[in-house]
Amino acid sequence: MKTLRELIDEGQTIAAHRPWPRALVGEEAWLQAIGLLQEQTCTLLGLWGDNATVHLALLDEARKEPALLSYECEDDSYPSVGRLHAPAIRLERALRDLSGLDPEGLPDTRAWLDHGKWPVLRPLGKTERVAATRKRKPYPLLSAEGESLHQIPVGPVHAGIIEPGHFRFTASGETVVRLEERLGYVHKGTESLLAGQAPERAAMLAGRVSGDSTVAYALAFARALEAALGAEVPARAVWLRALMAELERLANHFGDIGAICNDAAFAMLHAHCGLLREQVLRAAAACFGHRLMMDCIVPGGVRADLPGDARRRLADLVAQVRKYFPELIELYDNTASLQDRTVGTGVLSAKLARQFGCGGYVGRASGRAFDARRMPGYAPYDRLQFELPLREEGDVDARVWIRIREVEQSLALVEQILLALPDGPVARPLPAANAAEGVALIEGFRGDILAWVRTGADGRIARCHLRDPSWFQWPVLEAAIEGNIVADFPLCNKSFNCSYSGHDL
Amino acid sequence: MRRMIFKSLVHGPLTEAAPAADAAALAELAAQVNAAARRRLGRTLSIREVDAGSCNGCELEIHALNNVLYDLERFGMRFVASPRHADVLLVTGPVTINMREALERTYQATPHPKWVVAVGDCGRDGGVFAGSYACVGGVSAVLPVDLHIAGCPPAPLALLKGLLALLENAERGAGAAV
Ligand code: SF4
Repeated sequence: MKTLRELIDEGQTIAAHRPWPRALVGEEAWLQAIGLLQEQTCTLLGLWGDNATVHLALLDEARKEPALLSYECEDDSYPSVGRLHAPAIRLERALRDLSGLDPEGLPDTRAWLDHGKWPVLRPLGKTERVAATRKRKPYPLLSAEGESLHQIPVGPVHAGIIEPGHFRFTASGETVVRLEERLGYVHKGTESLLAGQAPERAAMLAGRVSGDSTVAYALAFARALEAALGAEVPARAVWLRALMAELERLANHFGDIGAICNDAAFAMLHAHCGLLREQVLRAAAACFGHRLMMDCIVPGGVRADLPGDARRRLADLVAQVRKYFPELIELYDNTASLQDRTVGTGVLSAKLARQFGCGGYVGRASGRAFDARRMPGYAPYDRLQFELPLREEGDVDARVWIRIREVEQSLALVEQILLALPDGPVARPLPAANAAEGVALIEGFRGDILAWVRTGADGRIARCHLRDPSWFQWPVLEAAIEGNIVADFPLCNKSFNCSYSGHDL
Repeated sequence: MRRMIFKSLVHGPLTEAAPAADAAALAELAAQVNAAARRRLGRTLSIREVDAGSCNGCELEIHALNNVLYDLERFGMRFVASPRHADVLLVTGPVTINMREALERTYQATPHPKWVVAVGDCGRDGGVFAGSYACVGGVSAVLPVDLHIAGCPPAPLALLKGLLALLENAERGAGAAV
C-alpha cells in the first residue's frame, strides 16, 4: 500500500496551498487513502466540501506528515469514506446536507445538520430555496430490540445551563444499552456567513464557533489565513497568542473539573474550582480586555499589547493557583465517595480513541498521545517545555486527572511565556490580497481544531471550514456510556464536555 | 477535607465584599432586588435558561453567576431545571431555526406570569449570525421579550443588573433595554 506522501506526489499538487501539501487525486488514490485510514496508518483530520470538490485532511502520525487530498465530484458524488471508516460518517452526512455532495455507499442516509426546517437546501452548494412549510419526515432513530427495554428521550432543552442536543437512551432497568445522539440544533450556518467576508469580520465569526474555545478558534483561523497569504506575524504576537491559549485552557479545565465533581454531587470542589476559573477570567480581562479573550487574536497579530501591570497580575495568578490547587487535588484524590463515582465509569477504549483520532483529554485519557502543539506543532511551543500527560484507563477519573495535570503544565507554560516574551510590535498588516489556501491545526482545551481557508483575489474569504474536536468525541461517547447506569450519564457527558455549537457550526 | 471545611469556617465566605465598584454595585443590587423581588414574586425569582443557538459564551457567563463570588442565590434568584418552575426565561443565541420549536414549547410550558430576557448580542438581533439562513435572528422574533441584556457575552455583573432592571420594569409592564 502506498503512503500518504506517495499519494500526494502522484496527485496533482496545488501550489497555492500552505503549509501542508494538497493534491487533487483520482478515484484510485482516493480509495487508497481510505485504506490508510482503515488500517490506521493515517488519522482523519477533516472532510468537507468546497463547491464540487471534497477535501480530505489526513495525518500520517508515524511520519508526522499532515496533508490534504481532494476529489472532484462528477455528478455531485464521491466514494464514501465513512463506508469503510466510521469516524467519517457524521462528517459525510453533514457534508451532504451543506454541500449537496453525495457520499456513494454511505450506509447512513439520514440527514444530520439539516432538520428539514431551513428555507434553503444545500446552503454551501447548489443552493435552492424551499418553502419553510414543506412536509418533514420524522427522523428515524436506531432501534433497539429486546425484552423489557425502555426509552428515555432527553433534550434538546436540558435541565442545566447547557447547550441543546437530543439524547435517546434505550435502557434495560437502569443500564444503558444504547445511546443515540441527535445534534444540529444550534447550527447557525457559520460557514455560509464566513464566505465573502473580509478577514477581520471572518475572524470574529471564527471566534464564535464555540465560545469556550474562542481563543483557539481565532488562532486556528488566523494561522490558516496567514499561511495562505504568507503573512509574517510579529514574534511578540506569537507569544501573546500562546499566553491567551494557555489562560483559556486553565479557565476551562477549572470550570470542568468542578462541574464534573458537581455532577457527582460533590459541590465543594465545584465551588472552589469555580473560584479559580473566575480568577483566571478576571486576569484575562485585566490583561487582554475581555474575560473570554474574544476578538483579541486578529489576523496579523493580536489586537492590543499587554497593559503595564500584566506581568505582575499573571505572576500573582500563577502563584495563587499553585498555592490553592494542590489542596483541591488532594481532596479529589482522597474522597472515596467521589472516586466511587468516577473510577471505572464511562470507559473509552484505547482502540476506539485511536480509530476516531480523539483529541484532547478524551484521547489522552485513553492512551492516545497526541497534541497539536507537538505535532504538527507551531510556534512558540517549539521553544517551550511541557509534558503530555497520558493515562490508559479511559474512565471519567482518567479524564479528570489529565485535566489536573494539564493545569499544572499550563501554569508552567504561562510562567515560561512571561519570562521569554519578546519585545516589539504586536500586529502587522496582512500582505496584499491574493487567491491562496491555508490550513492550521491548533490545540484548543478540548482537542485539535482544524481550520482551512481559501481566499479570493479580492482578499475576502471564499471558503472557510472549521472542524471542532467534538466531531471525533461525540460518537465515542455513545460507546463509552454503554453498560453504565443512566444516572451516570451527566457525569460521563461532562467528562467529555463535547461542544454542541462547535459541532453544529 | 476537614481541614478545608475548618478553614472556610474560620475565614468566612469567599463571596465578594471587595472594595471595587463591582462590589458596591453588587451590594446595591442585593438590597434593591430583595425589595423589588419581594413585591412582585415573594422572595424568589426562578430562572430557566434556554440556549437557542448560542456559541456557549453566554452560558459560561451565566454559569459564573452561580460561583461563590457572585453567588446569585443571595439575591433570591436561582436557576431551575424545568420551565414549569420558572418565572423568567433567560434566552441566549440568535434562535437557530432548528431550535425555534423547542424554544416556543419551552415558553408555552412556563406558567404565567412570566418574563423573557434575551441575553447577549445574538439574543438581541442575531449578533454576528444575523442574516443566516439557519437563524431567525433575535429572540423577539419568536417570543415577546421583556428585556435585552447586551454584550458578547455580557459579563456576570451586567447580567445581574439586567435582572434587576427587569424587576423594576415589570412593575410598569413595559419592555426595557440595558
Ligand atoms: S452574544 Fe456573543 S457570547 Fe453570546 S452567544 Fe452570541 S456570540 Fe456567543
